[in-house]
Amino acid sequence: MKKVGGSERQSVSGSGTQVNGVTNGYHGGGRSEEEGRQRPEAPPEPEGEHQQEQKPSRAGYIQEQSRASALSIPRWDAVKKNRPPFPWFGIDIGGTLVKLVYFQPNDITIEEEHEEVINLRSIQKYLTCNVTYGSSGIRDVHLQLKDLTICGRKGNLHFIRFPTQNMGAFIQMGKEKHFSSLHTVLCATGGGAYKFEEDLRTIVNLQLRKLDELHCLIQGMLHIDSSGFNGSADCYYFENPTDLEKCKKVAYPLDNPYPLLLVNIGSGVSILAVYSKDNYKRVTGTSIGGGTFLGLCCLLTGCSTFDEALEMASNGESTKVDKLVRDIYGGDYEQFGLPGWAVASSFGHMMSKEKQELVSKEDLARATLVTITNNIGSIAMMCALNENINRVVFVGNFLRINTLSMRLLSNAMDYWSKGQLKALFMEHEGYFGAVGALLKLFDPV
Amino acid sequence: REREGGGVRTSRSTRDNLDKSITLPPDEIFRNLENAKSFAIDIGGSLTKLAYYSTVQHKVAKVRSFDHYGRGPDDEPLYEISVQEEITARLHFVKFENAYIETCLDFIKAHLVNTETKVIKATGGGAHKFKSLIEKKLGLKVDKEDEMTCLIKGCNFVLRNIPHEAFVYVKHADPEFRFQTTHPDIFPYLLVNIGSGVSIVRVESEDQFERIGGSSIGGGTFWGLGALLTKTKRFDELLQLASKGQHTNVDMLVRDIYGGSYESLGLTGDLIASSFGKSATTDKEFTKEDMAKSLLHMISNDIGQLACLYAKLHNLSRVYFGGFFIRGHPLTMHTITYSINYFTKGEVQALFLRHEGYLGAIGTFLKGAEEDNPNQYSWGENYAGSSGLMSTSPEVHPMQRARSGTFDMLEMDRLERQLVNLPLLLDASSYVPDTVDLTEDAMAREYWLSCFEDALDGVVKRAVASQPLALDAAERAEKFRQKYRHKLQTLRHQPFAYGSLTVRSLLDTREHCLNEFNFPDPYSKVKQRENDVALKHFQKVVQALESLNMEQRQFALVKGLLAGNVFDWGAKAVSDVLETDPAFGFEETPEPFCDQIPNPAGFLLQGPPHKCALFFVDNSGIDLILGVFPFVRELLSRGTEIILASNSGPALNDVTCSELAIVTERIAAMDTVIRTALNQDKLLLVQSGSSSPCLDLRFVNCSFHTMGASVWSISLSNTPPPHTHTHTHSPLFSCSRLDKGLATVVRERKTDLVVIEGMGRAIHTNYYAALRCESLKLAVIKNAWLADRLGGKIFSVVFKYELAPP
Repeated sequence: MKKVGGSERQSVSGSGTQVNGVTNGYHGGGRSEEEGRQRPEAPPEPEGEHQQEQKPSRAGYIQEQSRASALSIPRWDAVKKNRPPFPWFGIDIGGTLVKLVYFQPNDITIEEEHEEVINLRSIQKYLTCNVTYGSSGIRDVHLQLKDLTICGRKGNLHFIRFPTQNMGAFIQMGKEKHFSSLHTVLCATGGGAYKFEEDLRTIVNLQLRKLDELHCLIQGMLHIDSSGFNGSADCYYFENPTDLEKCKKVAYPLDNPYPLLLVNIGSGVSILAVYSKDNYKRVTGTSIGGGTFLGLCCLLTGCSTFDEALEMASNGESTKVDKLVRDIYGGDYEQFGLPGWAVASSFGHMMSKEKQELVSKEDLARATLVTITNNIGSIAMMCALNENINRVVFVGNFLRINTLSMRLLSNAMDYWSKGQLKALFMEHEGYFGAVGALLKLFDPV
Repeated sequence: REREGGGVRTSRSTRDNLDKSITLPPDEIFRNLENAKSFAIDIGGSLTKLAYYSTVQHKVAKVRSFDHYGRGPDDEPLYEISVQEEITARLHFVKFENAYIETCLDFIKAHLVNTETKVIKATGGGAHKFKSLIEKKLGLKVDKEDEMTCLIKGCNFVLRNIPHEAFVYVKHADPEFRFQTTHPDIFPYLLVNIGSGVSIVRVESEDQFERIGGSSIGGGTFWGLGALLTKTKRFDELLQLASKGQHTNVDMLVRDIYGGSYESLGLTGDLIASSFGKSATTDKEFTKEDMAKSLLHMISNDIGQLACLYAKLHNLSRVYFGGFFIRGHPLTMHTITYSINYFTKGEVQALFLRHEGYLGAIGTFLKGAEEDNPNQYSWGENYAGSSGLMSTSPEVHPMQRARSGTFDMLEMDRLERQLVNLPLLLDASSYVPDTVDLTEDAMAREYWLSCFEDALDGVVKRAVASQPLALDAAERAEKFRQKYRHKLQTLRHQPFAYGSLTVRSLLDTREHCLNEFNFPDPYSKVKQRENDVALKHFQKVVQALESLNMEQRQFALVKGLLAGNVFDWGAKAVSDVLETDPAFGFEETPEPFCDQIPNPAGFLLQGPPHKCALFFVDNSGIDLILGVFPFVRELLSRGTEIILASNSGPALNDVTCSELAIVTERIAAMDTVIRTALNQDKLLLVQSGSSSPCLDLRFVNCSFHTMGASVWSISLSNTPPPHTHTHTHSPLFSCSRLDKGLATVVRERKTDLVVIEGMGRAIHTNYYAALRCESLKLAVIKNAWLADRLGGKIFSVVFKYELAPP
C-alpha cells in the first residue's frame, strides 16, 4: 500500500508539471495536444513520394509546435496541411554577412490565400518585388531557384544578404513590421543566432530555433547540389585557371559527393571533412579569411566594402608587393623544386621603404587577396592530404564575384598537389547555411 | 635595403659614433685568430656570423714515471710532473652586426698570420652583397653555399654535440627556458625556418633532407605588412609595438560572432574567428600596437598551424623553429608555442635552439671543412669562451638585444675521442645525468653559486702553487678568478645561459676557465704527493686485510672504499682540513661513519662472482690506492674481470688515466694479484673520455687504452726498462694502437656490475641513473648543505646498491 501511495504521489507531481505547461500556453495549447496525438494517425496526403519521405519529419514538426505553443501562437490551419506555417525563412547570421533565404510558394490555394495574415502578404511583396532593402540589403536575383519543391510545395527560393552590422536595423524593422504576428519560428544558424537571440525575442517577440552552423552548411549544400541550379549543376570547376583567355567554368555534378573536403570561407575559415550526409567533422579552421581580406584592405587602402576591395584587387599587381622566389634566387630554386613565380614572402617587398613608395592601393589589395587565398589553399591542401580526400569544395561569401581567388585556388590545388587534388566551387557559395536552416523547418527537433 | 631583425641603426649619427667607438680586444672576441685555418661566413640581413677553425696552444700537465731501476721505492716521488705545450682544435663562432663588418674584416686581416686558406665559404642573403668587400679585404675567394643546406648541417651539428641545445619556451615560468635532453638519435625531425618566408624541412639523416613545404606568410610578411600598417620601419620596433597591443580590438573573436563560446565545437569565446575582422570599417581608428599584435598573432598562428599539419602528415613529433622571426625573441617564441599547443592539443612541443643564430655559419663552415671531416669527432661547448644565451625578455632587459656593439661568441673544443652512450644505460633517451636542475631549483642554485664563489680563493691558491716556476702564475690565476667569478655572476642572473645549470656545469665551467689561463692541472702536485704517500701504505693495508676473516674483510673493504672517498679536494669541507693539516688521515683512517656502513655490506663480494665489473674511480691517493685497489683486488681474486675507468683529462684531484697507469704499474710491482690480472688482461685501464669531476654516461669514450702487454712486460720483468714511459693526457695518449671502443669492451666482457664512486659521479650525477646491470653508487657526502638536503649529516655515506632490472 505504501509503495502504491508513493508512486501516486510521484505521478501527481508529474502531472502537476504537465498541468503547468498546459496552463501557460492555454490559448491554443489544449488543441495542440489533441492535434499532436491525432496527427500521426491521419492518412498522408496524396502529394507523392516527396511527402512520403517527409513523413517522420512532420510528426516531429507537430511535436515541436505543441511544445513551442507555450510561447508563440501557431496557426493551426498550416498544421492541418502538414506543413509549417508560411512564411518559410532560413537565416544564417555570420560575422560579416547575414544570409537569408525565403521560399515563395507558387501553389498557394485560395483557401490558404484567405488564411494568410495581411502581414505575411506584405512581407512577401516587399521581399519579392525589391532587389535591395534599406541601405545594404541585396537580393541575389541571379541565384533565385525557380519552381523548387520543398516540403511538397512548389515555389521560388530567394537569396538575400545584408551586413551583420545592420542587424540592429533589421531587428527594428522586424518590430515595426510586426514579424511576431506571423506566429512563426525562425530557423537561424551562424554565430548571430546566439548573439541576437535575446534581442529578437525581447524586441521583435520572435522565437528563434538555433541550429548548428556546420550541419546547416552541409545539408544546405547537399540539398542545392542535388536539386541543381535551375536545370544545371550548382557545382563547377575551372578549366585552364591560369590562362585568362582559355579559362572557363565547367559544370561538375557531384553525383557521388563523398568524401569531400568542404572549405567554408566566411569571415574566418572552417574546414570540414564530409563522409556522408550525417558523418562529418570539422578538421580545422583559420582566422585568415574573408574578414581578414576586407579588414586589411580597409586599413591599407581606405576602401570600405568587399566589392570595392575586389575591384581594386582586380586592377593591382601583387608582384610589386610580394617577394617571389625569383626575386631571391634569380629564377627557380631548383634544389627545393620551387618555381621562380612562387611567392617566397608575402608583402616581403614592403620591408623596404623604397619599394613601399612604388606600390598603389590596387597592388596592396591584390597582394592581400593573393596572400589570403594562397594561404587558404595551402591549409586546405594539407587537410585534404591528411584526411586522404581528393575533392575540395570551396564555399562561402569570400568567393562571391571573386573569380580571381577561385582561379588562384584552382591552380594552387592542382600545382602543389601535382594534380592529385581538384578544387570545386558552388554557384550558391555563401547561402548554404541559410538553406540548411530553412530545411530544418521541416525536420523533427 | 632589407634587413633581418636585431639591427640597431636609428640614425646616421648614432651609427657613426658606434662605428668609431668600437674596439676589438683581440683576446676577447676574435680569439686564436693567429692560428686560424679555415673560414666561413654567414651574412644575414642584419647580423654577420663568422666561423673559423683554429688551434689552441695551451699547457697540459704530463706525468712521467721515473726509471725505478736501482732505486728504493721510498727515495723519490713516484713520478714527475711536467707542463708541456699541447695543441688542440677549436671552432670559433663570432656574431656581430653587419655595421661592423668592415672593421672586423680589417681586424681579421691584420691578425691573420698562419693561414694557408685561399677561400672563405659564405652563405646568407648578405653573402652576395658583401662578396667583393670580403674578397678585397681578406684576399680570399668567396665561395657561396646553399643556405638551407648549411642551416640543416649546422642544426645537426649542434643537436649532436651540445646536450642542452633545444628548449621549450614557457612565457610565465621562471626560468622561461626549459631545456630538453637531446634524444641520442636526433633524426628524424622537422625544421621550420621562419625567415622572410617559411620553409618546412624534414631531416632524415646527416645528408638526407627534404623541403616538404612552406608558406609565404613569414617574417617578411610581419615586417612588410607591419611596416605598412604602423609606419614602423624596424623589425624590433614592430615587435615592441606588438608586445604592447591588444589584438581583441582588431580581431573578430568567436565571442564577437556568437556572443560567447561556440560550445558544440569546443571553440572558446576568446578564439580569433577572423584576423583583422573588426578593421573592416572606415569609421574607426586602430592603434599601431593593436594592429601589430593582431598581425603577430595572425602570422604565428598560421605558421604553427601549417607546421602541425606537416608534422602530422609526416608523422614527426620533434619540431624545431628557427629563422630571424624567432631568433631569441620571447614574443614570437611564445606566440609560436601557443599556436603549436593549440593545434596539436599539446601533443607536439615547439622546440627552439640555443645557438639558432649560428646554424648557418656552422653549416657553412662544415661544408668547407669536409676534407677534415669534423663530424667524425665529438665537440664540446667551451663555457669559458662562449657568451651563452642572454635573457631576451624585453620587459627585463629592454636594451639587451638592441645594445649595439654586442659581440656574441661560441667556442667549441674538439674532443679527442668520439663519445658514445654507455651501452649499459637502461634507456639512453630518458637518461638525465644530473641529479638536481639548478635552473629550476632556485634555492639549490643560490647555494651552489655561493659555494663555488666561496671556494674560488682556494682554487686560485692551488693553481698558483701548481706552477711554482711560472712567473706569471699569480697574474693568470687572478685572471682566472675574474673570469670565473664573472661567469658565476652571469649564471646568477641568467641560469639558463648554457642550458640547464647543474653542479656539473659549474664544475666544468671552472675547469674550462682554468684551462683558458693555462692551469691545466692545479692539483697535480697534491695528487702526486698523495699517490706517493698512499702507495707506501698499500702493502700494509693489504696485509691487514688478508689477516681478517672473510666477513670482517668484506666489511673492511667497503669501509676502506668509503673512507678513501673522504679525501676529496673538491669538497670545501675536506680541503679546508687538508690545507691546515696535511697529515690528516694518513696514519689512521678516519672512521666517522663506520656505523653507517650497510650491513651486510659485503654482499657484493659474496655469492657467485661477477663476470666483469666496470669501476669509475674518483680521487687520487688514499681513495684510489687504499680504497679502490684493495676492493678491486678482492674482486679479481674472486675471478671477476675489472675495467677501471678514469678521467681522460684532469679535474680537481681526480685521478687521470695517465696517473692511474703509473699507479697501477707500481702496485703491480708490489702485488701479484694485480700483476697477474694485468698480464692476463683481466684488469683493464680505460679512459672515460671525461675531464670533469662528474660523469655523463651519454658521452663516454668509445675507444680505450689498455696498458698494452708490451709496456707491462717490460716494467714487470726484472730487466731494467730501456726508457721511461711518458703518459700524457690527450691526444698522445689516445689509443690509436688499441682503439676498441669502451662500449665494445663493456659489451665484449659482458659487464654485469658497475661501480660509480664519488660525489661528482654518483651524487651530483647518475644518482638516479638506471642501468641494465647490477650497480653500486657510493660516496661520502662532504657537504653539509647537500647532506641536509638528502636528510643526513656531513660525512654521511651514500651506498646505493641496485640489482639488475628484471
